Amino acid sequence: MEVRVIRAGMMTTVQDLGRRGHLAEGVPLGGAADPFALRVANLLVGNPEDAPALEITLIGPDLEFAEAAWVAVCGARFDGIPAWRPLRVEAGGRLKFGMRVEGCRAYLSISGGIDVEPVLGGRGTFLAAGLGGFHGRALGDGDMVRLLPSARHPTGHWSIDERVLPRYSPEPAVRVVPGAHALEYGTALYSGRFGVTPNCDRMGIRLGGPQLERSGRGDLVSAAVAPGTVQVPPDGHPIVLMADAQTLGGYPRVAHAVGVDMPLLAQLAPGDAVRFVASSVAEAHALAHAQEHRLAILRNGLAGKFNPS
Amino acid sequence: MNLEPLGDSAVVATLGPGIDEATLASVRGLAEALAAAKGKGIVDVVPAYATVTVFYDPLQFAESSEDAYASVCRLMEDCAARSAGGGPAAEAGVFEIPVCYGGGFGPDLEIVAGRCGLKAAEAAALHSGADYLVHAVGFTPGFPYLGGLPEPLHTPRRETPRARVPAGSVGIGGSQTGVYPVASPGGWQIIGRTPVALFRPEGRPAALLKPGDRVRFKVITAAEFESWK
Repeated sequence: MEVRVIRAGMMTTVQDLGRRGHLAEGVPLGGAADPFALRVANLLVGNPEDAPALEITLIGPDLEFAEAAWVAVCGARFDGIPAWRPLRVEAGGRLKFGMRVEGCRAYLSISGGIDVEPVLGGRGTFLAAGLGGFHGRALGDGDMVRLLPSARHPTGHWSIDERVLPRYSPEPAVRVVPGAHALEYGTALYSGRFGVTPNCDRMGIRLGGPQLERSGRGDLVSAAVAPGTVQVPPDGHPIVLMADAQTLGGYPRVAHAVGVDMPLLAQLAPGDAVRFVASSVAEAHALAHAQEHRLAILRNGLAGKFNPS
Repeated sequence: MNLEPLGDSAVVATLGPGIDEATLASVRGLAEALAAAKGKGIVDVVPAYATVTVFYDPLQFAESSEDAYASVCRLMEDCAARSAGGGPAAEAGVFEIPVCYGGGFGPDLEIVAGRCGLKAAEAAALHSGADYLVHAVGFTPGFPYLGGLPEPLHTPRRETPRARVPAGSVGIGGSQTGVYPVASPGGWQIIGRTPVALFRPEGRPAALLKPGDRVRFKVITAAEFESWK
């Protein structure tokens, strides 16, 4: 079973939930920038939650299916594609993404999942090193993407309760845990509105707007950073690190976005903006457990909605 | 040892103020003890210069507040106590890395040499004549941060980073030197290139070098570079 890429879109890559255990070798976590959307997209077509799917960025693809399949699109919304529900594509059928309506990244899961080999424990694409995914690169026009067979398919007519979805917004309030150098920057991070510049990709989002002034001096010794780390280079414009962030960084670390709010950052496009709200490690953990609880309810609710179950 | 959170799923232990060999020994000791402990919910351990960072999955811990963070801190304290004074168990490797200096492979060698009043070949000899210590691996896959660069070769990073530095490029950034294992953007002064792969995705480990390893560079000619296999 194959899908033919008629038009690849702006940047369409294979992503899963990332690689673990290789940070010390300089290999980033990677995987879906919005892991929540990828997990739900997989659940909706009966795949394992970490199955590789397509991460679609700003301009969607045009795909042709050789055989019939079930698909789900979650995250960013595009014209002509109902989001957050299973869709049937018939044999020879097309799935054509229209204009982007909201968000930045959509996740297209296809029943069975995409058939790519794991590299260092992950099936996602790490573009900077040409590693994993579909030949280490974004999809191009004319590519043929292989799928794994799937015997399961959704039954009946239903959709998920949208209250489980993240609070996506073109100007979200993102909760952050203070970073090691937070005290050197006062409270400016929490009072400003920061614009998303065109300089935003899977490695990080450069923010415009207020410059953060550092009271401390001197260069820092490079140490680990992570997706969600908000670092401040000498020009004072913060950078939020994303899924493919480098593993070590030498800029001051003013804050770190909490895990459950990473989807809000992943859906930011140039021209959007973000505000930051102070949180704590304890609150972040409570939020993570609450989100898993909601996902568990969704998973249980879906259990009886597939044949064979 | 100072412990502090790096967001909601990592804890950083700082073991010293800066870049020195004694701190690196403590870093390696703690990282090895943590890797051996295989603590529940621990997903990764990252040593670097003066810090060891432990990444954990908060969902693998009970839901009571602070529990995950406190558990990881306790594990790190225990491992630090166990590894203190003992030094790292794992043998540090010694590697000789062949480098073709200058020309198309090292477009910035003349800049580096000019700044300290040397000829290009003399700068290459100075760089290849020193012993280096791997302080950290990161930035890009397999990238080693090497300490031990002779003082005359200390050169600031380029004003404007290159959009693409080829794989194998040997660079100088301030007082550090290193090798770009995969092609990436980069701001370091590029003085040569090695035909040796410092990162092999199919290898275990995938990165050739680890913190604590010793490195020497060996001058090779362009012809030797081309025929290297």
